Amino acid sequence: MADDAFALGGLTFSSRLIMGTGGAPSLDVLERSLAASGTELTTVAMRRLDPGVQGSVLSVLDRLGIRVLPNTAGCFTAGEAVLTARLAREALGTDLIKLEVIADERTLLPDPVELLDAAETLVDDGFTVLPYTNDDPVLARKLEDVGCAAVMPLGSPIGSGLGIRNPHNFQLIVEHARVPVVLDAGAGTASDAALAMELGCAGVMLASAVTRAQEPVLMAEAMRCAVAAGRLAYRAGRIPRRHFAEASSPAQGLARLDPERPAF
Amino acid sequence: MRPHHAGSPRPTGGPRPREDVPGGAPRARQAGTSRTADVLVVGGGVIGLVTAWRAAQRGMRTAVVDPAPGGGAAQVAAGMLAAVTELHYGEQTLLGLNLASARRYPDFAEELAGACGGQDLGYRRCGTLAVALDADDRAHLRELHAFQQRLGLDSQWLTGRECRRLEPMLAPGVRGGLRVDGDHQVDPRRLSAALLTACERAGVSFHRQWAARLSVVRDRAAGVVLEDGTHVAAGQVVLAGGSLSGRLAGVPEAVLPPVRPVKGQVLRLTVPPSHAPFLNRTVRAVVRGNHVYLVPRLSGELVVGATSEELGWDTTVTAGGVYELLRDAHELVPGITELPLTETCAGLRPGSPDNAPLLGPTALPGLLLATGHHRNGVLLTPVTGDAMAHVLTTGELPEEARAFTPRRFDATVRRAPEERPAGPLHGARTEAAGRTGRPPLPGRGEVPEEAPSRPAGTARTEQRT
Repeated sequence: MADDAFALGGLTFSSRLIMGTGGAPSLDVLERSLAASGTELTTVAMRRLDPGVQGSVLSVLDRLGIRVLPNTAGCFTAGEAVLTARLAREALGTDLIKLEVIADERTLLPDPVELLDAAETLVDDGFTVLPYTNDDPVLARKLEDVGCAAVMPLGSPIGSGLGIRNPHNFQLIVEHARVPVVLDAGAGTASDAALAMELGCAGVMLASAVTRAQEPVLMAEAMRCAVAAGRLAYRAGRIPRRHFAEASSPAQGLARLDPERPAF
Repeated sequence: MRPHHAGSPRPTGGPRPREDVPGGAPRARQAGTSRTADVLVVGGGVIGLVTAWRAAQRGMRTAVVDPAPGGGAAQVAAGMLAAVTELHYGEQTLLGLNLASARRYPDFAEELAGACGGQDLGYRRCGTLAVALDADDRAHLRELHAFQQRLGLDSQWLTGRECRRLEPMLAPGVRGGLRVDGDHQVDPRRLSAALLTACERAGVSFHRQWAARLSVVRDRAAGVVLEDGTHVAAGQVVLAGGSLSGRLAGVPEAVLPPVRPVKGQVLRLTVPPSHAPFLNRTVRAVVRGNHVYLVPRLSGELVVGATSEELGWDTTVTAGGVYELLRDAHELVPGITELPLTETCAGLRPGSPDNAPLLGPTALPGLLLATGHHRNGVLLTPVTGDAMAHVLTTGELPEEARAFTPRRFDATVRRAPEERPAGPLHGARTEAAGRTGRPPLPGRGEVPEEAPSRPAGTARTEQRT
């Protein structure tokens, strides 16, 4: 699909699957999962990582040629998130930042007020901001207005595997967005990822669905296929839904294929 | 490492952390100071000491290099012998080794206690109770139980009420739990001390300083040069330096073990006699996705652990680490708030790419590894000692340890023990290597299109600094 590149924050990718690294049972499984997923962009939590360490997650990404997307996981205030983003830029030399500002530990839902505040500050500071947001069309528009390079609404809470709980909101967000919309959080299995792409998302971001699966490498491949299939289906255009059947085989003349012989 | 309180990190034994040596390894060499051993173990943590003790028992002249033998990560570890409750998908091969070592513990503890003049190891056959506090954690625990059942492991599902009958200090909100009567505990500090005494009594000699570098003569490990320049020649060198094992100078890059430090913060509370026994067995839980455990010793010590952080050589005790451990432990056992908090410390687990240890010969003749034990060093101490003694005397790993050869990480082979076919290692290139057409990484130099496949420990971190 070279003619269908995924443009995000001034970069282009051929894979539309963004992976996370949290919850991986081991670095070895993580490495094989990332390779199987075909991802070209993967998040790492800057608060839980020292970029100078040998043999870390960063070494794995380095070996696989995967671009690093630092995130601000674990931040509860705009101030913490901005500080974490600046440390990440300094450590990794990238302006890309996956912005997360969490409201509480129980739901891990985004705090919309702090998020918008942090997004505005970071955009002004020259960052390419990819915000993890609620599936709220109004907030998505406001994030876009302050200059975010994409919006990344959640399908359902992080790690819940509950899929896209409000597909209608996703459609509203996608219809109005002028930046890429990426499903972030909630995918539990392959059909969730395919649905996001069919709804018009430009990409899918997931971690737990793969890292916590019984066979992470297999699930990673399933997700790669699901994202590609959903994208193709979206581009192909689905048929309209009907109330009654419409036969796909020709219904005329079947009973009289041999005019010499009665049908029964 | 030695136990320490917040803010006073100390290095572990074994090869010296290189950042402590300005300008690289010291070059001082004093002529004529040379000693020889059959087996030279670099690193005097529990893994190094058990290797040395077992080798000496087999009549080999054995020496250990470590500025402070008896230290290492075991000074921080809680000492859970949790083969069954720490089961993870995809780690069935490791489970086999863990179970083999757990089975050996009673005899091992008795033999070691005898060999060191009757020191108490704190080996306590108390079992473990793993509980769930909400519906999500309960579902997670039920899945673990089903997996344990499929593997034929001994674990029993209890209702919340049954859990609280066993351990009345548990929070009323407990929704169910797993009783695993075979997951015991040992006191790792006592274990270290006992191993040190046993080594001394078995005639192991100690070089109480840092190993500066490995000496390689004609493509064979020939010994170690100490910090003061002394050369200790040895027939076989065992690198058992825990998380520092990947940093010994002089080890050819191709055989450097892919071991990284995984920081763990641990708290120690004290149960006063008035509150005893408080807990009767190890209690653990996943509290909203975070693992927490409480390990009660007969001495009254109650160990609460542990964080898992990828922060390099940092051993700082942080407010966040202590807060999260206390928060989760308090949710599990509310009464801990009344107990004195007697110690906070942090150590470095030697993490390997597949969480399993690296045991036995490397591609460099004369150099063996006993490292990468990650969360399971204390549990795997008995089986590691046996396996290393076997390979040091026969040249071959025993059957039970063969899957853990360091050769599984050789440049051309990158597979988890689970997937590696029996027999000779395949020369298959990883599917990960050789991916092309990727964008260059920002600020970290160009990535070769054909990224060479190599052990995780040898990644190009220097480009990042």
